[in-house]
Amino acid sequence: MDRRRFLAGTATAIGAIVVLPLGTASATPEAMAGAIRKVVGASQVREGRVSLDLPPLVENGSTVPLVVSVESPMREADYIKAIHVFNEKNPQPNVFTARLGPRNGRAVVGTRIKLGDSQKIVAIAETSGGQFWSASADVIVTLAACLDEAT
Amino acid sequence: MANVLVNAPKTAKRGSIVEIKALILHPMETGFRPGPNGRIIPRNIIERFTATWNGTEIFDMEMSPAIAANPFVSFFAVASESGTVGLRWTGDEGFVVEERVAIAVE
Repeated sequence: MDRRRFLAGTATAIGAIVVLPLGTASATPEAMAGAIRKVVGASQVREGRVSLDLPPLVENGSTVPLVVSVESPMREADYIKAIHVFNEKNPQPNVFTARLGPRNGRAVVGTRIKLGDSQKIVAIAETSGGQFWSASADVIVTLAACLDEAT
Repeated sequence: MANVLVNAPKTAKRGSIVEIKALILHPMETGFRPGPNGRIIPRNIIERFTATWNGTEIFDMEMSPAIAANPFVSFFAVASESGTVGLRWTGDEGFVVEERVAIAVE
């Protein structure tokens, strides 16, 4: 085995080890990718047009404000049909799916979400023409939701 | 039992875009947490929130357990005609709550 192939093999092995521990009780980046695939199908997802606002550092993961806004004229000819939000490490990859139309005037949706861990959040907007645009944000959570026992 | 707080303008200019904010009291129990007895508390969430303007659906949101307790939703709507905005939350254990607010369009 030459040096190059050895290094490539080692890198793959390390990659596999790093990925494994995530695959237990929580959604994984792969689960998120799977959930996204289910929504977008074979379409290409491009970055842009979507802005995802949420605090970069969260003290309490049980209520995290989140606003997704998408650039769109929101007219009959061209509007945002749906906004999907996904997470990487909560127990399930889906957060919400909002369906909109030209009667909304603005493609902006706000809510509050729970985060079980520091992770990446992805928002995907679906246009009336069937295109997909996305944005992502990394959030650091110091006190996670879900872990606390109910009282 | 269900408490709802809706924030929407009472009046709006024709064609303007208004923001509607809605908050509802609900535990949004995820179904992943153990209770005091160590057993998992069964899932109890709001699954769907829909908004109508004079009966026509204008907004719909499918929620997951990742939505925080006491779900808050804000969205926009074009004030096309005077009327009522109907908000409806449905969820586990037969949860259904409806609320209406009137908006006068000038």
